[in-house]
Amino acid sequence: MTAPTTAPAPSRTAAPAWVPACPSHRLQPERGVAVLLPGGAQAALFRTHDGALYALDNTDPFTGAAVLSRGIVGDRAGEPTLASPMLKHRFALRTGASLDDPEVRLATYPVREHDGRVYVAARPH
Amino acid sequence: MARLIVIGNGMAAHRLVDALTRADTAGTWQATVIGEEPRPAYDRVALSSYFDGAAETDLALPDLSGRAHIRTGERATAIDRAAKTVTTSTGAVLGYDTLVLATGSTPFIPPVPGADLPGCHPYRTIDDLDAITASARTATTGAVIGGGLLGLEAANALRLLGLDTHVVELAPHLMPAQIDQGAAALLARMVADLGVTAHTGTATTAVRPGADGRAAALDLDGTTLPAQVVVFSAGIRPRDDLARAAGLEPGPRGGIAVDDTCRTPDPAVYAIGECASHRGTVYGLLAPANAMADTVADRLLGGTATFTGADTSTKLKLLGVDVASFGDAHGRTEGALDVVVNDAASRRYAKLVVSDDATTLLGGVLVGDASGYAALRPLVGRKLPGDPLALISPAGTDTAGPAALPDDAQICSCNAVTKGELCAAIAGGAADVPALKAATCAGTSCGSCVPMLKTLLRDAGVEQSTALCEHFAHSRAELMEIVRATGTTAFSELIARHGTGRGCDVCKPAVASILASLGNGHILTGEQAALQDTNDHFLANLQRNGTYSVVPRIPGGEITPERLITIGEVARDFGLYTKITGGQRIDLLGARVEQLPAIWARLVDAGFESGHAYGKALRTVKSCVGTTWCRYGVQDSVTMAIDLELRYRGLRAPHKIKAAVSGCARECAEARSKDVGVIATDKGWNLYVGGNGGFTPRHARLLAADLDDATLIRYIDRFLMFYIRTADRLQRTAAWLESLDGGLDHLRAVVVDDALGIAADLEADMAAHVAGYRDEWRGVLEDPDKLARFVSFSNAPQAPDPTISFTTVRDQPVPTAPVHLGMPAAASRT
Repeated sequence: MTAPTTAPAPSRTAAPAWVPACPSHRLQPERGVAVLLPGGAQAALFRTHDGALYALDNTDPFTGAAVLSRGIVGDRAGEPTLASPMLKHRFALRTGASLDDPEVRLATYPVREHDGRVYVAARPH
Repeated sequence: MARLIVIGNGMAAHRLVDALTRADTAGTWQATVIGEEPRPAYDRVALSSYFDGAAETDLALPDLSGRAHIRTGERATAIDRAAKTVTTSTGAVLGYDTLVLATGSTPFIPPVPGADLPGCHPYRTIDDLDAITASARTATTGAVIGGGLLGLEAANALRLLGLDTHVVELAPHLMPAQIDQGAAALLARMVADLGVTAHTGTATTAVRPGADGRAAALDLDGTTLPAQVVVFSAGIRPRDDLARAAGLEPGPRGGIAVDDTCRTPDPAVYAIGECASHRGTVYGLLAPANAMADTVADRLLGGTATFTGADTSTKLKLLGVDVASFGDAHGRTEGALDVVVNDAASRRYAKLVVSDDATTLLGGVLVGDASGYAALRPLVGRKLPGDPLALISPAGTDTAGPAALPDDAQICSCNAVTKGELCAAIAGGAADVPALKAATCAGTSCGSCVPMLKTLLRDAGVEQSTALCEHFAHSRAELMEIVRATGTTAFSELIARHGTGRGCDVCKPAVASILASLGNGHILTGEQAALQDTNDHFLANLQRNGTYSVVPRIPGGEITPERLITIGEVARDFGLYTKITGGQRIDLLGARVEQLPAIWARLVDAGFESGHAYGKALRTVKSCVGTTWCRYGVQDSVTMAIDLELRYRGLRAPHKIKAAVSGCARECAEARSKDVGVIATDKGWNLYVGGNGGFTPRHARLLAADLDDATLIRYIDRFLMFYIRTADRLQRTAAWLESLDGGLDHLRAVVVDDALGIAADLEADMAAHVAGYRDEWRGVLEDPDKLARFVSFSNAPQAPDPTISFTTVRDQPVPTAPVHLGMPAAASRT
């Protein structure tokens, strides 16, 4: 099973290093997991109800806590969103943009699914 | 700047200063208020609610101390009109340019022997109420002299204090000033249902002392009635002594005579409220006092307002009985005709007084069901919209709605707000009842016109949205009904059929709570897991650094030494910070996600269960030590608290629920600050509900008194389930109670009298909850699939989150600020 992925193909310039995140069956729709990346960064990885995969920085920029993987996935006017469990700030899953503060945008990570496993890129887009 | 002195700090004085200082934008007036009570002005009309659970702060009127100089605890002792000064009890001599007398009235105490004995009280001030409460502590029987409106309120107060209560009225029937014989007969029957005995056409000839020198009995025209507390409510006398001493002539029946501008013959002196005599009438009601205050405020600012008499209509709930009287209730107009519906069997009496040609409404009386009052009162003096009998026959009142009224009809008689003013406010953007109240003051006093406000909004096409969020057009209560009626068990099914999109952090946890309230298995089973807030998802409380805290259930706060030691050992072994909570439990803070199962395993082995500190669910039932240990306890509060906590453990609700049980009236468990408060009496348990309130603190209010154990639990079952079914999302019991149409009385009707016929259904729901309870921590420990979610990282399950670190404060670990490790530059906040 290959794709779906978020946005650009993984091999655009230099091929990103892919970090194995978890077996596909561990990623329940609309329920995130945290992924530890080389160097100590963390990604929050999600699958939405339509099967699409998204990964964002796991750290809530408003509070500094690494908890975004534990937020609630939903939508605003059809656009998939994530609500932080800390103070309920919402982010667009596609872009990482904060829906509460135009100055804030989370890093997003390429994701791919291959052979029953989900992978997150070691570095953001 | 001109100096205004107001003598008296009651509701009329408050209204005057409020109205004047609001309108006096130029700062023409500097107002000083002299009040003999030691507290700021309060809502004396609501005084009786003090016995029904209201605190002194609930009676407070808006603070005016920033707008006027309020001298409390000080009495005016003399007025020198020539020098334009007022002398006070502190010796101060204050000069004025204008003086307003708002000295109110004193209760009339009939000159019977013994009326001054200890145990005899007037019913006028908060201090009087406190004194009555103190007297009632050693009494079993109480009597009220006077069966008027206030007398019946006083009787209810004595009843709520647990006394066997009598009312003695000289006139042939109760409430002679407001209602007729037929209405009074029904009222007496309904009052008797509540255990209050009315003695009408009866004079009190003496109060007799007992051996202790306190009141013990009443002599009534030949018979004797035991009464250790005697409350006098036999009318009021205007306080005009200060004015008389200053040479101002009284009115024909006492009171300070004023003209249509509320001015005395001295152009620098006005009088308002219950001390004023206008065209020979002394009004003892709030609406005329407010109208007089408004008139004077306007005059002081150069206006031309006049007071030409006032509406004396009344709608009250006395001892839980609706009573309303409006217009010419006694049919004194020449040729007036009565149209009466007297249905004693269904406890309902309604009379309309109409003109001799039956076309014009002159007045009316309603007892038992006064729901027609708001629609009928504004019609007084106007052409009837239809057959008068149809207007008062059951279900006929709909024909008299505000649509039929002209713009100048008063909708709110307390604050003299007309339909036209309300419609203008709606046109100006007031889109709900609170906005209308803020814009016009309508509905802010007695509240009887609030249903009319809603009708006006509806008639104007204003829709009041109750939608939960963009995904559901329904309120939480409506969704609850949909889920119950359709047996839906999955969010995806619910949103597909009744909503749009994929949900959000508002509707998902709300639906999760509804599903959990209706018993849909473990909250992490299947799709339900993705609905939960992080707290519910990890069955622990998320703290600021991303760690969780764990709170084991300690029912009633009772714990064995062995279990205490276990909690200590767990905290030590996992390096957790420990704190005793406000709810008699122990909070273990600083656990990382991957540590939670091992912590629970140790606690569950020792016999602990989840305390649901993470959920919108029952938290604790606090208790004192009750009769087991306490010298003063009158019931076993510990056993009751434990029984209640075990009964309702795991119960999910629109908001968290806390309860407490106190073993006596000393209230060491602080039960009245809880959603459900139980306080022991020597006859059983008093049940209080709707306390706490969050940002706006609330005291719980008395729902039912002197209950046995089984009845107490049955009423709490009904109360909690009714709340769970009908409250809004995240609405505490206090706010829910305030939002209920009919408030506490309606709640009592549902819970105690089963007025909606749903009590058995509510009890069955609770029985199902009790039978279906399973410990959620154990549920995770026993299920490998659920257990697998409790990892730090999906690719490094036991690696601690590198952003979490602790420092030591007072020998315990506390979080350092979250550390941003490897935080990409793209994530920035300026």
